[in-house]
Amino acid sequence: MSDWLLNYRAMVGRAYPRILGPWREPSWVLFDIFLPLLGIAAFIFYYRSMGAPEVFTGFVVLGGAMTAFWINVLWSMAAQFYWEKETGNLQLYMLAPMSRMAVLAGMAVGGMFFTSVRAVSTFVLGFLIFNVQIQVTEPLALMAVFLVTLIAIYGMGMMFASLYLVWGRGAMNFSTLMQEPIYLVSGFYFPVRQLGFWVAAAGSIIPITLGLDAMRQLMFAGSDVFAFLTWQFELVVMVGLAAFFLLLARFSLSYMENLAKRDGRLTLRWQ
Amino acid sequence: MREQFRTLKYAAWLGWQIESNWTKPWLFIVYSIAKPISATLILVLMYLVILSSSLTRPDIFAFMFIGNAFYMYVAQVLFGIVMVIHEDREHYQTLKLIYIAPISFYVYILGRAVPKIVITTIAILITLAFGVFVLGLDINFATVNWALLALAMIVGLMCICMIGVALAGVSFLTAKHGMGINEGIAGMFYLFCGVVFPITVLPQWGQAVGLGIPITYWLEIVRRAVLSGSGVENIGGLQSYSETEIFLFLLISCALFFAISLAIFRYADRLARKKGKLDMTTSY
Repeated sequence: MSDWLLNYRAMVGRAYPRILGPWREPSWVLFDIFLPLLGIAAFIFYYRSMGAPEVFTGFVVLGGAMTAFWINVLWSMAAQFYWEKETGNLQLYMLAPMSRMAVLAGMAVGGMFFTSVRAVSTFVLGFLIFNVQIQVTEPLALMAVFLVTLIAIYGMGMMFASLYLVWGRGAMNFSTLMQEPIYLVSGFYFPVRQLGFWVAAAGSIIPITLGLDAMRQLMFAGSDVFAFLTWQFELVVMVGLAAFFLLLARFSLSYMENLAKRDGRLTLRWQ
Repeated sequence: MREQFRTLKYAAWLGWQIESNWTKPWLFIVYSIAKPISATLILVLMYLVILSSSLTRPDIFAFMFIGNAFYMYVAQVLFGIVMVIHEDREHYQTLKLIYIAPISFYVYILGRAVPKIVITTIAILITLAFGVFVLGLDINFATVNWALLALAMIVGLMCICMIGVALAGVSFLTAKHGMGINEGIAGMFYLFCGVVFPITVLPQWGQAVGLGIPITYWLEIVRRAVLSGSGVENIGGLQSYSETEIFLFLLISCALFFAISLAIFRYADRLARKKGKLDMTTSY
C-alpha cells in the first residue's frame, strides 16, 4: 500500500468516530446546540442594556458560533494527544505505520464537520431568536474566508498538539488559559480594532481574529466602520498563516515526538 | 466534629496540590488570574465600544464590573465542585477509594471546594484593584458596608457550594455530561441573575426565572454593600426592596436550595451505588 493511500485511510479512520460518535448520544448534540445560546443571549442583553446598535447583536451571534471551532481546536485537536496519552492510546498511534499528521488531519476533518453542526445551529437559532439582520453581498468571498479561517486555526491546533506530547496536566491548564484571553484579543464579541492597531495586529497571529473581522464585513451591513483591515487583505494574510501553521505543525510534531520519546513522556500518565 | 474538620482540611490540601503543583508558583499565579481578568476585560471592551468611557455611565459600569467580578465564584467554585467527581472517578480513578474511607464524602467535596474559593478570592481582589486603579471604578472604601458584605459572602458561598454538591450528585449518574452541566447551569445563572445587566432588560418570564434563583439576591446584596451610597440599588430591578428584605429572600432561597441539594445528592449517591456507577470510567 502506498504511503498516500495509507495516510488517507488513517485520516478517514480518525475522522470517522468524530463524525459519527456524537450522534450516538443525542443529548450531547442538544447540549452543544442550546448551551452556547445562554452565553450569547447574556451578551446580547448586555449590549441592549447599553443601547448598542443592532449590528452588535449579529457580532455576538457570529462570535458565539465561532467559539465552537476554537473550543474544538483547543480541546479536541491540541489537547487530544494528552487525552490519548491518559487513556493509553497514544503508544498505539506511535506503533502504527501512518504519519502523525494524517491522524491529526483526520481529527481536524471530523472535528470541523461536527463543530460546524454546532456552530451553524447556534448561528441559525441566534439569528431567529434575536432577529439578526444579515446582508451577504459576496457569498463566495464569505465562504472562502470561512474555510481559510478553519484551515488556519486547525493548522494552529495541529501545531499545539505537538506540545501536548510532552506536557502533563499543564496541557489542560494551557487549554483553559487559551479561552477567555483569546476571546479578548481576537475580538469574539466586539470589533477587534477597539483594542488599538498594535494589539489587534499582535492578536492577528491567531487566525480567527482576522477571520471574524472579515466575516463581519461580509455579513453585516454598516459594519465597515468597525473593520480592522479590509477583508481582502485579511484573506491573503490568513492564507499565509494557514500554510505557515501547517508547515510548523509538521516540524514541531517531529521534534516534540523525539523529545517525548527521549524523556520517556509518551506513556507517562497523571503528571 | 473533629473528624469532619480533619476531612475538610485534608480534602482542601489535596485540592490545593491538584490545582497548583503541576507547575512553578509564578506560572500558576499567572494562569489563575489571566482567565478571570480577560473575561472581565471582554465586558469592559464591550462597554467601551458603545459608551466610549467608563465615566459615561459610571453607575452601569460599576454594576457590570462588580456583578461580573463576584460571579467568578459561581463559575469557578461550581465548576470545581462538579469536576471533583469527574476527576476522581475518571481521571485519577480514586473515587472508590475515597468512598470506602471512614469519612463523610459530602464534607470531602466541600473541602475540595476550599482551594477554588481561595484562588477565586485572589482573582477577584486583583480584578477589583485593576478596576479601581486602571479603569476608574468608583469604590469608596470608607462607605462600603463591610458587615453586610461579610454576611452576604458567607451565605452566598454556602449557597454556591450547595448547588455545586447537587450538581456533583447529578454527575455521579452521567457519563460525559459534566462539562455540559457546568456550562448550562453557569450560563443560566449568567443570563437570568442580572450579573452584567439589570434583570429588567429580560422578558417577563426571564425576570421570573431570575427571581427564583438565590444568586440574583446575592449579587444585589453584594453590589449594595460594595457600592453603598452610589445609587446602585436603583439599577438592578429590585429597587422596591430594602437590604434587609433582599437578605431575607437570599436566606429563604438558600435554605430551599440547601434542602434540594441534600436530597439530590443523597438520591444520586444511592442510585449510583445501586447501579454500580461509582467506579465507572468512560475514557473521557
